[in-house]
Amino acid sequence: MNVLVCIKRVPDTGSRFELTADRQDIDTRNLEFTISPHEECAVEEAIRLVEQHGGTSTVLTLGPEAASEQIREALAKGIERGVLLETDGSEWDAAATASAIVEAIRALSFDVLLFGNESADAGNYQVGVRVAYALDLPCVTGIKALKIENGKALAKREVRGGWEVYEVPLPAVFTVKEGINTPRHPSLRGIMMAKKKEIERIKPSQKEAGLVKKSLRKPPERRGQVELLGQGAEAVPAIIAKLKELGVIPR
Amino acid sequence: MISSVARNSAAILGVVEHDRGRILEESLEMLTLLRGVAALLSAPLEAALIGREAEPLGPSLKEQGVRRVYLIPHERWDSYAPEAWAKGLAQLIEAKRPQVVAAAGTDRGNELLARVAAHLGLAMAANCTEVRPGPPFEVTRLRWGGSLLEDAELKGDPKLLTVAPHAIPAEASPALEFQIEIFSPSLEERDLRVRVKERLEAKRTGASLADAKVVVGGGRGVGGAEGFKILEELAQLLGGAVGGTRVATNNGWRPHSDQIGQTGVQIAPDLYIACGISGAIQHMVGVKGAKRILAINKDPEAPIFARADYGVIGDLHEIIPALIAELKKRQAR
Repeated sequence: MNVLVCIKRVPDTGSRFELTADRQDIDTRNLEFTISPHEECAVEEAIRLVEQHGGTSTVLTLGPEAASEQIREALAKGIERGVLLETDGSEWDAAATASAIVEAIRALSFDVLLFGNESADAGNYQVGVRVAYALDLPCVTGIKALKIENGKALAKREVRGGWEVYEVPLPAVFTVKEGINTPRHPSLRGIMMAKKKEIERIKPSQKEAGLVKKSLRKPPERRGQVELLGQGAEAVPAIIAKLKELGVIPR
Repeated sequence: MISSVARNSAAILGVVEHDRGRILEESLEMLTLLRGVAALLSAPLEAALIGREAEPLGPSLKEQGVRRVYLIPHERWDSYAPEAWAKGLAQLIEAKRPQVVAAAGTDRGNELLARVAAHLGLAMAANCTEVRPGPPFEVTRLRWGGSLLEDAELKGDPKLLTVAPHAIPAEASPALEFQIEIFSPSLEERDLRVRVKERLEAKRTGASLADAKVVVGGGRGVGGAEGFKILEELAQLLGGAVGGTRVATNNGWRPHSDQIGQTGVQIAPDLYIACGISGAIQHMVGVKGAKRILAINKDPEAPIFARADYGVIGDLHEIIPALIAELKKRQAR
């Protein structure tokens, strides 16, 4: 079984972030980068599928040279091959990203193509779906369970009050949600091996954007003065009084 | 007369989502936002309802200002079949030529419009909070689960977008004219290759995170699965539910279904008690709906204190057992 997993490099925003002066981006000068959360689980799922069924795994991302850091992270966990669709780091919209991915993989043969349901930063909900349509493959979105049997895939998606079960023939595209698995940490040996691996680099051509970012801004924040109830266990009477005041416990 | 102008103007089409016999609140919000856009463009507001079970819901859309409802029934798609539904919508769009097509920014709404966009080769803007039809046609949309807003220009014809849930409240405003039209798409067998084969109902125990009036949340400061026991006990005494940050679920201290945040559950309790939680953005976008936040944290500099209503500085492993003891004492009285 040949598995492709597409990931995105995103800043690890932590608790606070600032925008750049031109309001085009988050100021990332003091931030680390990571694989977008849903895709981190997609990487894990790819590794598990190959562990169970044999075959090869490939990780692909579209982004600047710095995104090779996220490719190496996936390689360190156990993905075999890395492909970087190298850009100048400017943001590509979902249609342009999907079209570049399709261009790069059209000649290759994959049984399972994994994406994140939506990226943490842009949240377009489209790249996996667009790739599936361009390649005329079935696509199940937002899955939290995947089982492959006899050339078919059973995928589960969480909905209000339960689960939807889908069965599709392979090859197929799946967009994954966090919770499908618990991603492993890379081993020291994996990290060493990933450092030496050759990453395949492709310069993709960029389709004109249909959704054009003008600028970013922060939404108005709910910000009141915090009322300090005290320090340590001595604050308990004040907490109890507050719970009464809020009607959480009887007076 | 206004109505003659409106008839010349291409429609604004809302794709209305329904679940087991009810129209989703998110779809009513979407129609409310579209009504504003329709008014700015002097265009009629129309709606699409997919599936035979949606038929009885059609007439109720008059109250939302919808002038025409397209019912799209098909004997083969009583269960959700996203590829076929999107193809049916794409055919409706090609036949009726609306200028804007929108759905609610739910999992299904985002999926359907992404598929329509892929099918028709159009751009799509997900989770919009504002639409300024221009020209140029501009939207404001959510990024980072709502901790950032993006102003963007949306190109293509028609404009495809989804409306962020709970960005604006749903308001009814009845239409003066109203009609229902059946639209029958033409489908092939292979359009049904992706469809729900089976629906499993979830088992319910205790208050669910999404509905609980009190939620006790734990983060890195809880330290491990063992540490969550006191949070469980506190939640039980307050009739609430327990959740965790991404750190807590990724470390296996809690199941993923208990994750509160951008990639987990969004909660809206009367009181959220955040224990050992620093206040990362990924987590805070999940508690935006909380009426009050009480933060317990050792670090007085923790960013959670800037977003909380009440704060207690100190070790949760001392404070929570003391609080539990006091609550039990009161109960025994």
